[in-house]
Amino acid sequence: MSKQFPADQAPVSAGPIPTGPVPPAHWAASYEEEPTQASAPPQANGMTALKPFGWAKDNLFNTPLNTVLTLACLGLLWLVVPPAANWLLLKASWSGSSEACREAAGACWSVIVVKHRLIFFGTYPYDEQWRPFLACALFVAMLGASGVRAFWRPWLAGAWALTLVGMGVLMWGGVAGLSYVPNDRWGGLPITLMLSVFSIAIAFPLSILLALGRQSSLPAIRTFCVGFIETMRGVPLVSVLFMASVMFPLFLPEGVTVDKLLRALAGMTLFTAAYLAEAVRGGLQAIPKGQYEAADALGLSYWQKTVLIVLPQALRIVIPPIVNQFISAFKDTSLVTIVGLYDLLTAATVATTDPEWRPYFAEVYVFAGLMFWIFCFSMSRYSQWLERLANRYTRR
Amino acid sequence: MTENAIIELRKVGKWYNSYHALRDVSISIKKGEKVVVCGPSGSGKSTMIRCINRLEAHQTGHIIVDGIELTDDVKAVEKIRRKVGMVFQNFNLFPHLTVLQNLTLAPIWVRGMAKSEIEEIAMMYLKRVRIPDQAHKFPGQLSGGQQQRVAIARALCMRPEIMLFDEPTSALDPEMVKEVLDVMTELAGEGMTMVCVTHEMGFARQVADSIVFMAEGSIIESGSPAEFFENPKSERTRQFLGQILEH
Amino acid sequence: MTNPVQALNSARVRGWLYQALFLACALAVAWYLVSNTLTNLATRGVATGFGFLHREAGFEIGESLLSYSASDTYLKALVVGLLNTLAVSAAGVVLATVLGVLIGIARLSSNWMVNRFATLYVETIRNVPLLLQLVVWYTIMNRLPSPREALEVVPGIFLSNRGMKFPVLVEHAGHGWALLALIAGIAAAIAIVRHGRRHREATGKPFPTLPAAIAAVLLPPALVFVATGAPLAFDVPVLSGFNFEGGGSVTPEFTALLIGLSVYTAGFIAEIVRSGILAVPHGQTEAGLALGLSPGKILRLVILPQALRVIVPPLTSQYLNLTKNSSLAVAIGYPDLVSVSNTSANQTGQVVEAVAMMMVVYLIISLAISGFMNWYNRRVALVTR
Repeated sequence: MSKQFPADQAPVSAGPIPTGPVPPAHWAASYEEEPTQASAPPQANGMTALKPFGWAKDNLFNTPLNTVLTLACLGLLWLVVPPAANWLLLKASWSGSSEACREAAGACWSVIVVKHRLIFFGTYPYDEQWRPFLACALFVAMLGASGVRAFWRPWLAGAWALTLVGMGVLMWGGVAGLSYVPNDRWGGLPITLMLSVFSIAIAFPLSILLALGRQSSLPAIRTFCVGFIETMRGVPLVSVLFMASVMFPLFLPEGVTVDKLLRALAGMTLFTAAYLAEAVRGGLQAIPKGQYEAADALGLSYWQKTVLIVLPQALRIVIPPIVNQFISAFKDTSLVTIVGLYDLLTAATVATTDPEWRPYFAEVYVFAGLMFWIFCFSMSRYSQWLERLANRYTRR
Repeated sequence: MTENAIIELRKVGKWYNSYHALRDVSISIKKGEKVVVCGPSGSGKSTMIRCINRLEAHQTGHIIVDGIELTDDVKAVEKIRRKVGMVFQNFNLFPHLTVLQNLTLAPIWVRGMAKSEIEEIAMMYLKRVRIPDQAHKFPGQLSGGQQQRVAIARALCMRPEIMLFDEPTSALDPEMVKEVLDVMTELAGEGMTMVCVTHEMGFARQVADSIVFMAEGSIIESGSPAEFFENPKSERTRQFLGQILEH
Repeated sequence: MTNPVQALNSARVRGWLYQALFLACALAVAWYLVSNTLTNLATRGVATGFGFLHREAGFEIGESLLSYSASDTYLKALVVGLLNTLAVSAAGVVLATVLGVLIGIARLSSNWMVNRFATLYVETIRNVPLLLQLVVWYTIMNRLPSPREALEVVPGIFLSNRGMKFPVLVEHAGHGWALLALIAGIAAAIAIVRHGRRHREATGKPFPTLPAAIAAVLLPPALVFVATGAPLAFDVPVLSGFNFEGGGSVTPEFTALLIGLSVYTAGFIAEIVRSGILAVPHGQTEAGLALGLSPGKILRLVILPQALRVIVPPLTSQYLNLTKNSSLAVAIGYPDLVSVSNTSANQTGQVVEAVAMMMVVYLIISLAISGFMNWYNRRVALVTR
């Protein structure tokens, strides 16, 4: 018998906000039986949860400890909210020069107005910045579209390939009347987006091979894969990026050079592949042994079995961890600033060094943080939704 | 007020938000009486027996167990829980403790008994549920039927005056149901007061002093097994019996 | 004797063949890379090998747990870097655990307001890159007023752009003894807790564990302290000229890194703690209640032992992450292992050696931590069929 409530009936102490993650359903009153019918709500001394006053009594003041905690929280709110609101909104200066900001008591959002192009697009030629803007818009639209399950068809891969080509054309130019912009002048949001998406996209097939290799019965291949995965997971990304930026040039024959962006991408890809491989391995292990046996019994070869039976099931399971890994990669792109690339965070830092606007670093970092937060938070919500969806399908 | 009732429910009502789970349930159970509660799923059977040791709090009416009324008085609830043993549908054994440790945990920490003393008693109960040889295994190593028998022994180690069974055999494979029912039948023969939610009608016929039929949060009818099976009063009961006795 | 064609169909022979092919490819690639590297290094005139470790480093390090000067060797410089990494990681692990456990419990609180606050914390901190947070903390540290206008947070503790200054006890022979007494007291308290549990199990009678343990920890050092004449003199930092004199101090870099790492990791630890406690089925609590155990005892005897098995493995990997993330120190100028290796590599040109050493050291730390994790998992694994 499943423990389940109709959509409009949350357990007692969850209060009127059933979407809140806590209190957990089972900490509230639970009952084993599915309600068969609803009846009129109780009278006088029935439930209190229906009225706001009663709700506050149940959720904020139900024990002496909770009353103290609630009062402490209210005190904290009282201390934090008014000054924060003043600084962020009420007393903030929204436009004008840095002089105007000096007079204002609140935040100086003018710095964003003045510097937003620098923060978003770095040192990309000013007049051409519509190109990275368009490229980013295209990218975000594709990311959004990829989140829709109905679009999970082969053509989506084709659309991505087209998008990437389109982005390349927009960013580099040199064709169709667009002036050529070398990639050492790229910066800001496009770098952050491109590094994270490309590193995941290239790392994904690599990670499947690594995961299969780790499960392989051939010791040489298994040892190699385990060694690679554990090494990458055992060292910090910074050291991998250093390795990529200083050692890759040494690996190549004389005269061949690889540009900085590509080297950082290579480092991030190898790093991400190791983590993804572990996620894929989790998926492979979740497949019942019977599936392998059934495939063997049908006479399928190793690769037929893997491609036709195992991977389609395993990859479905690992979609949420892949999204989580994407969030990590997205946050980790900020590290490329250490090897001298110009991502969103570097651009923000550069914006704070302008002597005229130097006092307003907080505003710039709040803004950059908000950009990262919007991307990461929406993706993590998406991944949670996917997980719930997957659970619903597997439980029945 | 019924004389010498050990469990007494008077017009007990309970809601889950707007869902009315128990509607004016009244019942009185005498010491040594065996009561079987049955009814379709969602009828409030489990809710009712979970109210008897206040795993669920009722909102209206009165519940009196052994002369103590259940309120939100923590001490009263503690007293009742020492007198009332409970066996759950899903066993709820503690997976990190051995079978013997599962049995001795509460007597040591609640009753303040010495380990040596309670271990002897625990082994005695394990013998009675016929699994003394599993004493040092962990619950995860036992079959469902064995786990449920450990759960019964665990409740008995607290020397309860009343035993509550909440669908003790519903989570078991068919071949294990009998071994658990046998233990329960034996227990009934020793004069324990028992309230048992179950669909095992054979057990009910053989052991129960009275059978209570519930539907939609109310008690529809109650009576001796003979009356209940041979001559059910309400249409709802006939329907239920028809469904459950068919196979 | 089977003929060669048949042999090719044997799964074993095929396996060997694939592996041989794989190894051959791997070796070829490795040889190609190594030979390129050697040629490149030769043309750049860079030495190879670890001889440089014994040469004079020639650079200063901002803070060090050992006495270090520019005339010391590279090896010593790297050891100083490693110790700095370990120092900030160890302090970070402690702080992050305390903060994370508190927030994790707050996330489970039935108090709506407390758990909203905790959720807000977790959702904000986890979704902003650590590096950005570190840069913010560091900028805040740097933009603090100069020592002359230092903020006196608590009397005696000063925050300025030179870091944090705090009073320290003036050394006295009595302190050593008091410390020894404290250690002895803690050992005694542990013994008392164990004895209390055994006593309870053996007799079923309660034992005054808590008061006895507290007394054991506090009394001996207090007695020693009084017996040695209660030497309680503080070396309080005093402003003289442009900076403070006396007292203890930590640099702004260390403070920013420590705060940043702890605050960030705590967000993840909170979620681990929360899901660990939620992973224990509610039936366990109900069974405990039905047996008459009090909520406190249910938590201690039933919930925690089970939740810890779920919590400890991911918690360990968070500690590992924190240690690896301490390498972001390089971005704010804290001289950790990565930062020192980087400087050494730039000065000597021996990039390969420096990067390899750095990776090996991290790998050793990681293997040690995951070794512990595996040991723990084996120890507490639930026995099932």
